[in-house]
Amino acid sequence: MLDSILFYFFAGVAVLSAALMVTRRNAIHSAVFLITTLLATAGIFLQLRAEFLFIAQIILYVGGIMVLFIFVMMLVRLDVALHHIRFRLQRFVALIVALTLGGYISVILFWARKLPGQGLFIQGAAPAERLSPNSEQLAKSLFSSYLLPFEIASVLLLVAMVGAVVMAKNKKGANEP
Amino acid sequence: MNPTLHAILIFLQTWWVELVSGVVIVAVVPLVAGYLVLMERKLMADMQARLGPMRVGPHGLLQPIADAFKLLIKEDIIPADADKLIFWLAPVISMVAALTAMGAIAFGPAFQVARDINVGILFVVGVSSLGFLGIILGGWASNSHYSIIGAIRSTAQLVSYETAGGLAIVSALLLSGTLSIRGIVDAQQKSGAWFIFLAPVAFFTYLVASIAETNRAPFDLPEAESELVAGYMTEYSGFRWALYFLGEYANMIVVGSVATTLFLGGWLRPFPNVHWLNWIEYLPAFFIAIVGVYCIYRAGKQPVAIQVAFMWAVALACFAIAAVLAAPWILHVLHKFGVAAPLNLDFTVPGLNGAFWFLLKVSVYIYVFMWLRFTLPRYRFDQLMHLGWYILIPLAIVNVLAVGVALLLESALGWNRWLAMVVTTIITMAFALFLVHLHDKRTAAASSAAAVTTDSYAG
Repeated sequence: MLDSILFYFFAGVAVLSAALMVTRRNAIHSAVFLITTLLATAGIFLQLRAEFLFIAQIILYVGGIMVLFIFVMMLVRLDVALHHIRFRLQRFVALIVALTLGGYISVILFWARKLPGQGLFIQGAAPAERLSPNSEQLAKSLFSSYLLPFEIASVLLLVAMVGAVVMAKNKKGANEP
Repeated sequence: MNPTLHAILIFLQTWWVELVSGVVIVAVVPLVAGYLVLMERKLMADMQARLGPMRVGPHGLLQPIADAFKLLIKEDIIPADADKLIFWLAPVISMVAALTAMGAIAFGPAFQVARDINVGILFVVGVSSLGFLGIILGGWASNSHYSIIGAIRSTAQLVSYETAGGLAIVSALLLSGTLSIRGIVDAQQKSGAWFIFLAPVAFFTYLVASIAETNRAPFDLPEAESELVAGYMTEYSGFRWALYFLGEYANMIVVGSVATTLFLGGWLRPFPNVHWLNWIEYLPAFFIAIVGVYCIYRAGKQPVAIQVAFMWAVALACFAIAAVLAAPWILHVLHKFGVAAPLNLDFTVPGLNGAFWFLLKVSVYIYVFMWLRFTLPRYRFDQLMHLGWYILIPLAIVNVLAVGVALLLESALGWNRWLAMVVTTIITMAFALFLVHLHDKRTAAASSAAAVTTDSYAG
């Protein structure tokens, strides 16, 4: 009962603020609504007893990525830039992408309805109160079963970071006499 | 009985501790923040050989209430070109983030709103860092140069120092092996030492990073009054400004609580495992009773009747707190003389002494913050960035490695834990000295280069 109330609340907030995020003209307003969407998604994670995902969502997306987004938005005056660029083609591409995604999801939903009992979204649900602490489980599976993909991903991120630093340094060197 | 009423009663019965703690946090933290401001002004006055606020109440004890009242009735100005919605939202974000983070902190074994959240320490750190969104958005929405520069500075500072602070937290988490706040404190009790003694470098790193994260001197560049008027708060006035202030002081309490939980043993008393020191548990009651006696002694010397009454009220409050803290001992003595417990009530609130120790440690931590503020001059912005990126972050990374190696030495080679910790700490400190040496060399080279360029302008 309480769970479903919480789920519908968070889901409603997420969908509503996602819609508002797309329709706002002001980039900072969009960012604020994106933050609300991310927080509501984190709430859904918590309602599913996935505490680690919940806090990772808050720390990484809201606390890290969105802070950097807003930082960049404040440095670059986007409203001025928007006046110069016309996004005609982008609108067309966006329409195609949206239609494709919508069709894809509706086909999946249709097939899921056709196969009762073994649909896509019906998993054997564990009783949420009796789940063991899942940050430990996550760490164990990440560092034992999925160690190689994990390390590859972190090396990739490191390469990207070093690359960004090198590019920034080169530009600065070129500007200086 | 009405089923709805019954359900509500069951709900209240299950969650009453959490509900009461939540209400207490929301109601008491503004008051505590006000008195922290008073404490700060009194400390500053003491260190500068002045008296500080003296007019409102005995020794200025009612000053925070007068200040709060003044802020509430002040005119609330919103600049014409400001972004109204975000200008309105930003201080609220700042304060709500700090108060929410406080919800997961265990102020004592019995006082915690979120009872057993398994990622407690991450929750506190992550949610309290959301307060920065309030600062950034407020600085942007004010549509003023001072505000936006303050906001940009604070973002850069946050990004730099949160890394170092996070790595310092990781070293303590390695020692405890859990993310739950209770688990961390229990681990310190089990190991017989607060983690500050096992990982002193991590504590120091966290101290510096937490000062920078709360935007306090010597790292208060986002609100440096000589350069930026008041930084991101320049355009705020009245109640909104008070909300920012509240958020800032609540954030101080949050970082103090995180440091206390991770490094200073949480609600454990000093020497938690030494049984012949059990009498330490009754020291707080004794000291609070002495404060009460002193208040009565001073009450006779107050010039105004209301101040006399206030002193008596403080004294009685002290006696009440002391009686509650010492209740197990008093009941024990009464029992010895054959007197049964009055009304057959059980006064032994197990968490109360723990809450006292916790709050004492947090206060000491905040005292160190204030002490540093009145002692050290403000850093320049490039110095701040150098300290963060060239010294603190490498030091924190090496410290995480060192703590890991020490734990490995202990578990794989069977070393004594203390020996392993001492060896690795010495290695880390040597590395810190090396970093400082490198930094000195770099700045010396930079200043000699600068001297060359300025020479060409000199002629």
